[in-house]
Amino acid sequence: MKRWLVAVSFFVVATALWEWLVRRGIWSPVLVPSPLDVGRYLITAAEDGTLLQATMVTLRRLVVGYVVSLVVGLPLGLVTARFAVCQDTLGLVALGLQTLPSVCWAPLALLWFGQTEGSMLFIVIMGSLWSVLLATTAGVQSVPPIYLRAARTMGSRGVHTWLKVILPASLPFVVSGMKQGWAFAWRSLMAAEIYVTILTGFGLGHLLHYGRELHAMDAVLGIMLVIIAIGLLADKLLFARAERWLHHRWGTGAL
Amino acid sequence: MNPLLTDELRNEPPEKLAVHHVSKTFHTAHGPVAALDNVSLHVREGEFVCLVGPSGCGKTTLLNIVAGLERPDRGEVLADGKPVRGPGRDRMVMFQEPALFPWLDVLGNVLFGLKLKPKLTSAQRREVALFYLQLVGLEKFIHANIHELSGGMKQRTALARALAPNPRVLLMDEPFASLDAMTREQLYGDLQRIWSERKKTIVFVTHNVREAVCLGDRVILFSPRPGRIREEFAIPLPRPRDINSVDVAQYATEITQALKRANLPEHTS
Ligand SMILES: Nc1ncnc2c1ncn2[C@@H]1O[C@H](COP(=O)(O)OP(=O)(O)OP(=O)(O)O)[C@@H](O)[C@H]1O
Ligand SMILES: [Mg+2]
Repeated sequence: MKRWLVAVSFFVVATALWEWLVRRGIWSPVLVPSPLDVGRYLITAAEDGTLLQATMVTLRRLVVGYVVSLVVGLPLGLVTARFAVCQDTLGLVALGLQTLPSVCWAPLALLWFGQTEGSMLFIVIMGSLWSVLLATTAGVQSVPPIYLRAARTMGSRGVHTWLKVILPASLPFVVSGMKQGWAFAWRSLMAAEIYVTILTGFGLGHLLHYGRELHAMDAVLGIMLVIIAIGLLADKLLFARAERWLHHRWGTGAL
Repeated sequence: MNPLLTDELRNEPPEKLAVHHVSKTFHTAHGPVAALDNVSLHVREGEFVCLVGPSGCGKTTLLNIVAGLERPDRGEVLADGKPVRGPGRDRMVMFQEPALFPWLDVLGNVLFGLKLKPKLTSAQRREVALFYLQLVGLEKFIHANIHELSGGMKQRTALARALAPNPRVLLMDEPFASLDAMTREQLYGDLQRIWSERKKTIVFVTHNVREAVCLGDRVILFSPRPGRIREEFAIPLPRPRDINSVDVAQYATEITQALKRANLPEHTS
């Protein structure tokens, strides 16, 4: 309760300071819109539905791309950890592609898929797939062999060992990989939406882009705030819970 | 007397485990390490056998081979007269390292092996798990996480997990080595009680000679690497035994002296 109060007052004071700096003309309103202007933009955009629509378009792309990354990345990560051949081939490819900002795929994606949702998804998947895959591999390879021996004596074999021992034992790695994958998916999508115009739906990235074209910095900042809010919300709703559970079970992260 | 007749008259319980001339060498980056050399060991049904020997003499290796987790280079292991080809629920292991699963709570750990036993309903599994948790005195901690347990409680959980599938043979690898004396003494009592109540055959590895005398029907002494069976001591003391009793101390002194001799290089003895 007390920490909550501290957090709220921090943001209230910061916003008030910002407003004051703009009013006094210390920060030019052309360069930095006042928080009231940003708020006004957000309210109108929310009322006429553009904000909600853009958010839904963006979220749909994000979720679909991310889920595909998980569905493909987790098993591929397991396979990569299991077979040396995959480690030497797929593992290396993943390692290389993870370092590539996925917006670099945009020219090729447009060529292959045209201005469609497909190319958008492709960029998102290229952004998040590799970190999910690599984290899963690292997780599996860090499972203490004693767990596997113990499981074998109790009669666990094959698929059962993979599902009931290796996967849960590597969960701390897998969850942090999923979190990283989510962050990369989000970044990739914003880059892609700013970079690529897709006729099938205007996402938050497009709104940001138009804000820049029209030099409506209140819109740009407003959209940025929405993007931050969604990121925070996803973290608190999805990953923070999973991590809390992991810490609780494993007894890690006592502070 | 005719040896055949002696066998007939002795009426010994059947042989539970038979280790026949087992040798094992590990091939490491620094060259081969001979861990076991021609070890033979026979354990009767319901017997409590303690293995004592210097560090690195291959006690864990032998236990792993009996468990079916490792294959011998030469020789073979029979359990109930049948060659051991791999791990089986009839031989459960309590490992030297912590091997409880941190992603499961205490009950979940004990249920793990039970869930792999066919022909039990989930209610029956739970009942069995609770029975063994009660046997080791953890009924109040069934939903505790592993990291919340003390060292002694962790070993109790590991014991319950090993007992739950109802194996005939328990292979215990220095299970109490990291515990304080008080907790250990409590567990000696518990283990002797469980052993006689549940009629298990136990092979118990330890560095602690007193512990071996307190628990074992026989104490088997290993020589340093490569592990060979050096000497064997029968401990015909009545049970339950107290680790602090004079009788236990007397046997322990005798064995400790033999152990010191065994620790010297082979050719000097
Ligand atoms: N997987 C392995 N690879 C290589 N060498 C091994 C392996 N396992 C055991 N060894 C070697 O075999 C020898 C016997 O090991 P083992 O673990 O059986 O000893 P131990 O008697 O259980 O010792 P301690 O009492 O210290 O637990 C040691 O020298 C060890 O280094
Ligand atoms: Mg050992």
